[in-house]
Amino acid sequence: MIFSLDLLTEALLFGVLLGCFYAAVSIGLSVSFGLLDVPHVAHPAVMVLGSYCTYLLASQGLDPIVAGVVLMPAFFVLGILIYRFYYESFEKRGTDAGVRGLAFFFGVAFIIEIGLILAFGVDQRSVSAAYIGSSWALGEYRIPYRMLVAFGVALVLTFGLTVYLSKTFTGRAIKAVAQDEPALRLMGANPVRIKQWAFGIATGVSALAGAMLIIVSPVEPALDRLYIGRTFCVVVLAGLGSMTGTLAAGLILGIAESIVLMFLGASWAPAVAFGLLLIALGVRPQGLFGR
Amino acid sequence: MKYWVSVAVLFLLSVALALAPTNDYFFYAAFVVLQFVVLSTAWNILGGYAGYVNFGTGAFFAIGAYSAVVLFKWLGAPLAVQMVAGAAVSGLLGFSVGLLTLRLRGIFFAIATVAVTFVLETVMINWRYVGGATGLQLVRPAVIEPFDTYTRMLFVVMALLALIAISVARYVQDSWIGRGLRAIRDSEEAAECSGVPTLKLKLFACTISGALMGAAGAAMPMYLAFIEPASTFSLNYSVSALAMPMIGGTAHWIGPVIGALILATIQQVVTVTISNEINVLVVGVLLVAFVVGAPDGVLGLFKRWLRSSK
Repeated sequence: MIFSLDLLTEALLFGVLLGCFYAAVSIGLSVSFGLLDVPHVAHPAVMVLGSYCTYLLASQGLDPIVAGVVLMPAFFVLGILIYRFYYESFEKRGTDAGVRGLAFFFGVAFIIEIGLILAFGVDQRSVSAAYIGSSWALGEYRIPYRMLVAFGVALVLTFGLTVYLSKTFTGRAIKAVAQDEPALRLMGANPVRIKQWAFGIATGVSALAGAMLIIVSPVEPALDRLYIGRTFCVVVLAGLGSMTGTLAAGLILGIAESIVLMFLGASWAPAVAFGLLLIALGVRPQGLFGR
Repeated sequence: MKYWVSVAVLFLLSVALALAPTNDYFFYAAFVVLQFVVLSTAWNILGGYAGYVNFGTGAFFAIGAYSAVVLFKWLGAPLAVQMVAGAAVSGLLGFSVGLLTLRLRGIFFAIATVAVTFVLETVMINWRYVGGATGLQLVRPAVIEPFDTYTRMLFVVMALLALIAISVARYVQDSWIGRGLRAIRDSEEAAECSGVPTLKLKLFACTISGALMGAAGAAMPMYLAFIEPASTFSLNYSVSALAMPMIGGTAHWIGPVIGALILATIQQVVTVTISNEINVLVVGVLLVAFVVGAPDGVLGLFKRWLRSSK
């Protein structure tokens, strides 16, 4: 592949769109893992579950984005249940919660994945809507509408969560629980209920992220394995729990992946996220915008 | 002494079985079960004793397998050389992963090992010499006397490797190394302050655990006469190698062996009678059930039962 400025511009443009999308799929993890310290490796699996639920609703004629929004309350409740279960089984008992909690979420991820295989088979599934498949001509570049939709939803999600966490009472409480749990308890608040609420929000957001996932590309049950790398790369690079950092880290990953895609080929692309993640963990584990 | 006698008896038993005129399928399945005994025992040295969750078993396994393939294709090296080389390369990988991730704990270590798996898988997919994404067919050399088939011979090899792995784990557990690793698991800061060489011990555990996984992987290309990245690097190895010690019990070397024998046997039966998907589901469900309901595994349940029946 010959290096040219045109190609680079196209890669950058596509990278920015992709980056916002990656930020959006990671933002739930940024709350659940970044702020709450829950080793939620099942996050991508929950998201893929969201994609399949979107698929079911969309096949009834619902618009995929609307389907994603409709699913959010259900996933919010699911999140609360997952956290409650995790808390009762691991955090409350205290000892050795790390190893077993991690094993628990790996187990959950595999159960979701296999459940989806049993229910839907291993074939790829996709949804259809007016903005999927067509693209917008910007000068000489063509930008698929589905990427623009994902871009828009990603921005709304990121800014929505940022404002929620910094301006509202509950949002600040969530940040407080991340900073100093004992202090919050001394203030008379119940950290478990706040964490439960926050985990619910993180999971609810994953439903919308799942809808975007199936809008951007067809999904298959084992897709979550790839997204373990992408989401954790973004969250670690961002510095745990930083919302604007998540957007910036998403952009870094998106641009890096799209440049590799353009100049080295698709077979190298999956390694980008995991490679960046390794570098981030090895060199600067506190992330770019670490607290 | 009693231990070594039983090791010798078990090994001779496996040789005798392999020479007996039984159904070949038994060895085909038993090889896989023994392979998981090696993997889960190796995982437990780092994961159970030191409390570092390695979710990259697939990487160590596959790097062992690919080292064997490269040596075989390049020099036509015999199986023993392939396995030693696989162990050496994977041990080196374990050492480097240990070096890179020394500052990381808990989930960060686990995620880093997942990342290693995917990065190495991508490298192998793009490496034409070993077949790339489509894989490589291998022509196996003639089987070594006195065995009739490859499966029988590999069964004996894997039985030997399993006994070696168990002996290593037993030695580590009973020596000062195991005490040091347990101190790291309970509190790394306290261990460091008490003069435990945490860095050296962690590197040692990473290396030895990786080397055993690599040796197990090195036998795989000859077993299948084929190698391909997706199934060799599969996260299914990683989740099984983690689930088996958790189910058996991580505190004692016998735990992963029990877990592997139970789980891998169930998997073999389920794969044949129902489907391959259900077999991964069984691993997931049992893993979740045990970490929630019986945190100390089968060993813990057994101990509780002993105490209550007194």
